[in-house]
Amino acid sequence: MTASVLYDAPGPKARIRNRIYSVLGSLALVGLLAFAVYRLDAKGQLDPKVWEIFNNAGVRTNIRDGVLTTLKVFAVAGALSLIVGLLLAVARLSEHRPVRWLATGFIELFRAVPLLITIYALWVLFLTYKQDLGVIGDNTAFWGLVVGLTVYNGSVQAEVFRAGINAVPRGQVEAAYALGLRKYQVMTTLLLPQAIRSMLPTMISQLVVTLKDTSLGYVITYTELLFATRTMANNIIVNGENPFTAVTIVVGAIYIAMCLALSSLATWIERRGRRTKTGVAVAAAAEPAEAPGVLDASGGPLGPTADREPRP
Amino acid sequence: MNVLLDHLAEFREGFIGTVLLTLASGLLAMTLGVVIAGFRVSPVPPLRMFGTAWVTLFRNTPLTLLFLIAWFVVPVIFVPGLSPWTKALLALSFYTSAFVCEAVRSGINTVPLGQAEAARSLGMTFTQTLRMIVLPQATRTVIAPLSSIFIALTKNSAIAGAFSVTELFGVQKLLSDKGFPITWIFLWVALGYLVVTFSISGLFRLLERRLGVAR
Repeated sequence: MTASVLYDAPGPKARIRNRIYSVLGSLALVGLLAFAVYRLDAKGQLDPKVWEIFNNAGVRTNIRDGVLTTLKVFAVAGALSLIVGLLLAVARLSEHRPVRWLATGFIELFRAVPLLITIYALWVLFLTYKQDLGVIGDNTAFWGLVVGLTVYNGSVQAEVFRAGINAVPRGQVEAAYALGLRKYQVMTTLLLPQAIRSMLPTMISQLVVTLKDTSLGYVITYTELLFATRTMANNIIVNGENPFTAVTIVVGAIYIAMCLALSSLATWIERRGRRTKTGVAVAAAAEPAEAPGVLDASGGPLGPTADREPRP
Repeated sequence: MNVLLDHLAEFREGFIGTVLLTLASGLLAMTLGVVIAGFRVSPVPPLRMFGTAWVTLFRNTPLTLLFLIAWFVVPVIFVPGLSPWTKALLALSFYTSAFVCEAVRSGINTVPLGQAEAARSLGMTFTQTLRMIVLPQATRTVIAPLSSIFIALTKNSAIAGAFSVTELFGVQKLLSDKGFPITWIFLWVALGYLVVTFSISGLFRLLERRLGVAR
């Protein structure tokens, strides 16, 4: 149902009324904006001097380094979370009960616990055993953030993979076994390619979440974009105060641009997938659900079992 | 085990803090989200634009940045003297309202076309159609995504603890600063969150069963 079904094509009277509402609405929006600008101006935040700090090479280098650090964390954590997610999904669909239980427990625990709690606990843990950890011990905040992000997003990605695998028609698996393919062949040549294709938009949407969550590094004092720029603003004084507002506006714009770019990629892939009529349907570019078992928990092990009930 | 028993008071206060913050910001986010979803489907273009801008802005901003804005920008520019709890409430509910809005909007889209057409042919206005016909039916499909959103909200409320609001993450930070073993603290705090998230998903499953109607 499109939105326009909710109201009639406006007649002369309604057109006038809508026009009045439009004018009022526009006035309210302009008023809101004007109020914000007025307050910013009254507090001296629109002074050219405040915004001139962005012409300073040091400030620019700081922001650039912050963006690069954020992207570095995102790249490492994103790649690792996809790998971990794949392994966990395959483990959760395993025929061996202990493997399945372990994977299920891991996924359910780390999905249910707030990411910040995990990251903080890992960070403190890494700090405590700094000497024995080698590479991790050298850069505890980075690894705390990356491992935390990997564990949480890996668990979510695992559920996405699993939903994709379960969406592949059962007949295909049976046909593959009948042709004599082995378990790993069924998984790698039949299930995973189709699962990844159909779940790509959802996976990218979860990567957007990963990108946003890199900002949690702020709490464990890791110098990603947010923490770097905040420390920078603390060290600059313009007209007797720190230019927090200006820096926050710029950083916010950078984050929004990065996330929008990534999520529009997801939407584009979804649209592209919708056009093709063959194969498993492509999932929506939405973030995967949070509640335990929402992403179709009906699928059990994928072995060549004869006594499976037909899927609804 | 001892960490929990020795600091039961702190854990209790943190748990209550988490629950209260989740409840309050959940309610505010619901109200805001439904109103903005109404904006997004309204016949008035500026309101639609406002709704779209709101959702785009808040869905693509990291929550930590919203907390920083609530702490260091809002008091300076707009209203000084807000308590940390109010600031956390505002940041959390504005962020969540964007997600609620999207859930409600997709719920509106699942209501069969004929319903709105029938309402219109009875002479109902846009507000009446939405309030009496479409939204009550959309409620059913919206419940499952809403449960997911509230669970996410509970987990997001942990960030408030990093900004000195009393809740479970604050307890973890406090006790680990005091030097207690982090593994145990982590497990107990995680248990606290599990209790909240499982109650939410149970509650919503109950609601879903009560409101479920065969179509």
